[in-house]
Amino acid sequence: MNPVDIFIDIFLLLLMAAVAIAIVRSHLMFAVVMLSGIFSLLAAVLYVHLTAVDVAFTEAAVGAGVSTLLFLATLALTHVNVEEKHKPVRMVPLVIVVATGAMLIWGTLDMPHYGDPEAPANKHVAPRYIQDSPKETGLPNMVTSVLASYRGYDTLGEVVVIFTAGAGVLVILGRGRRRWRPGVKDEDGDNAEEERA
Amino acid sequence: METVIGLFNYWIVIVLMMAGFYIVIAQENMIKKMVGLSIFQVAVFVFYISMSNVFGGTAPIAAEGFTLYSNPLPHVLILTAIVVGVATTALGLALIVRIKEEFGTIEDDRIRDMEEHGEESEA
Repeated sequence: MNPVDIFIDIFLLLLMAAVAIAIVRSHLMFAVVMLSGIFSLLAAVLYVHLTAVDVAFTEAAVGAGVSTLLFLATLALTHVNVEEKHKPVRMVPLVIVVATGAMLIWGTLDMPHYGDPEAPANKHVAPRYIQDSPKETGLPNMVTSVLASYRGYDTLGEVVVIFTAGAGVLVILGRGRRRWRPGVKDEDGDNAEEERA
Repeated sequence: METVIGLFNYWIVIVLMMAGFYIVIAQENMIKKMVGLSIFQVAVFVFYISMSNVFGGTAPIAAEGFTLYSNPLPHVLILTAIVVGVATTALGLALIVRIKEEFGTIEDDRIRDMEEHGEESEA
């Protein structure tokens, strides 16, 4: 292993940790949203460093771009600028978080080390994809051939999830929702439910 | 030292994950809770991508002269997860906009107070 690679890896991870801590401590909502965009971009850089170029592409476009846009739109619609109260650090959640983290770290101790080609995760189906997929599908990019061919049903399921989420957003925020508010009179003073019935 | 370098990615992943977890369970602002959830998600993504990396391997795009590639399967899983994550974020944020319209606040503890004491909403 190359010491420069290790150094870049550790540096990027420490930057991400610093940004995450800054998000926890910040009370300005605009700063929180911008820091989460920075966090996503740092993750994208880290993915390039870890040779996951397709994932980096998606994270930069969707995670840092679309997601930040959605958060900014929500800030604009709700007119929230600052968290309301500056509460003191609560003990119970802190204890739960530290205990969970300690158990997870204990769980990593017998994991295969980072970058180990003999790790079980890199053994099962991955060698077959790497050796045969360029021949079987005719695509040099193995991520594309696994995504669209070998695991095409996963991608179909993903599309169903996106469609459902999009339909849900339209139902929640779309036009005409004011007519359906149970027990609440609409602006004309009539009861909306009676009008529908 | 070798253990520390070999497991350092996983430890930082756990720190990030716990930062997101803490925001979700301890802080009251709902937009911030969604940011916490997305930090948690990114931590899981970094965990998968770290596991897929192989020292000396290149990006999984077949080319002449390369024999060692990273594992493409976690990359595919995480590509799907990123897009699904944004879809769920969009749905959560839409719900937050509705909650703001209905209750006049997006602070979780204040909404809980309103529900318990039957206060009139401010909107």
